[in-house]
Amino acid sequence: MSDAATYVGEPFDDKLVDRKLVLWYFLAAVTFFAVSLLGGLLMALQLVRWNPLQGIELLSPGRWRMIHTNAIAYGWLANAFLGSLHWAIPRLTLRPVANKALSWFIFGAWQFVVLATAVGILLGEAQGLEWGETPVWIDPLALVGLFLVAVNFMAPIAQARGPLYVTLWYFMAAFVWTFLTYAMGNLLPEYWVSGTSGGAIAGLFIHDLVGLFVTPLGWGLMYYFVPILLKKPIWSHGLSLVGFWGLAFFYPLNGIHHFLYTPIPMFLQYGAVIATVAVELVVTTVVINFFGTIWGSGRAVVTNLPIRWFYTGMVFYFITCLQCAMQVTLTFQALIHFTDWVVGHAHLVMFGVFSFWLIGIMTYLIPRLVGCDWYSRELCEWHYWLSAGGLLVMFVDLGLAGMFQGYFWASLLPWDVSVDGSQPFWIVRLFAGLAIIGGQLCFFYNLYRTLTASRGATAHV
Amino acid sequence: MFESKSGVLLIGGLGFFLLAFVSNALVPIRMYQNMPEQTVQQLVNENLLYQFEDLHKRYPESFEAAYGKPPADEAAQPEWYRAKCADALILGRKSYVAEGCWHCHSQFVRPVSREAERWGEVSKSWEYQNELQRPVMFGTRRVGPDLTREGGRRSNDWHTVHFFRPTMVSEGSPMPEYPWFFDGDPNRPNARGLGLITYVQWLGSWLESYPYYEQFQPMATVNTGDDDEQ
Repeated sequence: MSDAATYVGEPFDDKLVDRKLVLWYFLAAVTFFAVSLLGGLLMALQLVRWNPLQGIELLSPGRWRMIHTNAIAYGWLANAFLGSLHWAIPRLTLRPVANKALSWFIFGAWQFVVLATAVGILLGEAQGLEWGETPVWIDPLALVGLFLVAVNFMAPIAQARGPLYVTLWYFMAAFVWTFLTYAMGNLLPEYWVSGTSGGAIAGLFIHDLVGLFVTPLGWGLMYYFVPILLKKPIWSHGLSLVGFWGLAFFYPLNGIHHFLYTPIPMFLQYGAVIATVAVELVVTTVVINFFGTIWGSGRAVVTNLPIRWFYTGMVFYFITCLQCAMQVTLTFQALIHFTDWVVGHAHLVMFGVFSFWLIGIMTYLIPRLVGCDWYSRELCEWHYWLSAGGLLVMFVDLGLAGMFQGYFWASLLPWDVSVDGSQPFWIVRLFAGLAIIGGQLCFFYNLYRTLTASRGATAHV
Repeated sequence: MFESKSGVLLIGGLGFFLLAFVSNALVPIRMYQNMPEQTVQQLVNENLLYQFEDLHKRYPESFEAAYGKPPADEAAQPEWYRAKCADALILGRKSYVAEGCWHCHSQFVRPVSREAERWGEVSKSWEYQNELQRPVMFGTRRVGPDLTREGGRRSNDWHTVHFFRPTMVSEGSPMPEYPWFFDGDPNRPNARGLGLITYVQWLGSWLESYPYYEQFQPMATVNTGDDDEQ
């Protein structure tokens, strides 16, 4: 396996990075990831009618479906991002974050936000906004948290002198976008804007949460970690500029493509479709830039496990975006909207791209955080292959399921035919999901053993 | 400008976000500003009241446990039913959101994929300009059918049994069971159950073509080849 996943005993720079905090963020992230996997499993079992926990209010698959997505967005991705930012930003700017106590306060507050969201959803307090089911009384607190995150990280960035590295463009923009997106999506459609125009805003929210919170943080981290791991600079600075500014301009204009053929004015739908195709062109430049960077060091994909996670994620990212540019056309939408095709697409983005990147970062950082190597390199490999294999099967399977469902519906056969016809696909999906869960179990166990081993090892570092 | 802090923060972070907000959110808000939002009380219509009073007739004990007895004065009864029906809609919508119904059922009929033949007329903007669509319940996935024309299509007792155990009336349905909407028996829906059924019966009750029945054809004729699709 990799040399990059090995702890090389570099000097601790604890004045810059609070390693304990980074580790705690990762542990919180992994915990919520496990919760989310359980939610997905329950829903998968429900669809194939094998749910052994039928009829229990607190275990209702509908509620756990919302926990599944919210735990991924706010519990897993957000925590893993925050942990990675606490590593990357101080090391890039050579300055610590604004306030160490504030960092820990934000950590606690964010865990409270996520836990309260889960409890609220379980108790039937969900908000009717996709990806934002956070109960309405948590929204203001989450906004305060996001604001403090921005303040805490902007302090070192503001003091940095000289030209800013690409990573920091993405991070700075993400701090502004995440706050604005969360405020817009959670407040406007709930309190002020009803109906169709509220739907337009909900579309912006769904999309911006992926495009303006997860995507810029993810790419920012890739621009930081990939050159470090490959020990060479990013291929083209010019393409970095095109990628960032193209994303900044076109991504926010995409939102309404989630609600094509609704009563939202048609010219706005056309606009969203065109902007989405434009995003695909931008994405291509970014992917070219990263493949230009690894050109000549291709073997790193075999030997360097974090790099393998990163570049697998980038291949999936390209597939996702290419798929997006096609499925967003009205012709394609007529067939696949509302089907499992979209569910497959969502899993490819959230798991195959951003989760892969964050897992890669954890694979690289955890030995550096705890001061000893991974307990088992073999389990690291299993983690990768079960995740990538399971996801690939799930993606293809749900894509096919989506097309079958679309044709069943258009044929005007009774609805039940489409449900019965989906069963084989849902059964395959269940097993693909179990493979993914198996991969994460390898990860959790490996992490647990590594942490236990590090307790004895930390004495000498 | 393109690599400076102020450029990234003001043009990328703030500027482009606001551009998208103005063009994609403020434009439709301005377009519909003359279409005022209806209150829940205004949404209660005769079609829905028929279903709501039917719930009282079918499940008198449960209904009165949830809403009390109607006033003895017959002249005051219509107002009373209207007020209670609005309450039921609010509670019903809360359950619809809380249970994630909207993640498996959409609420809009598209002008494509022959949806108007299956469900009824294509959805219009004015149908969503009300308090119960805040946030709007368009939905993004259909495991089960679209519900926006569901009102009046099936009877209240079909719905009680279906919520209690979907497979009893819809064989092979993957929909979860919702026994917590009942006091142990499909004939005893509780306040939440009555609310949810009222909400479902409301969907589409505002249309002239209400209720809309699917144009079922025997499967043999679908496949004969003289169908306009083929």
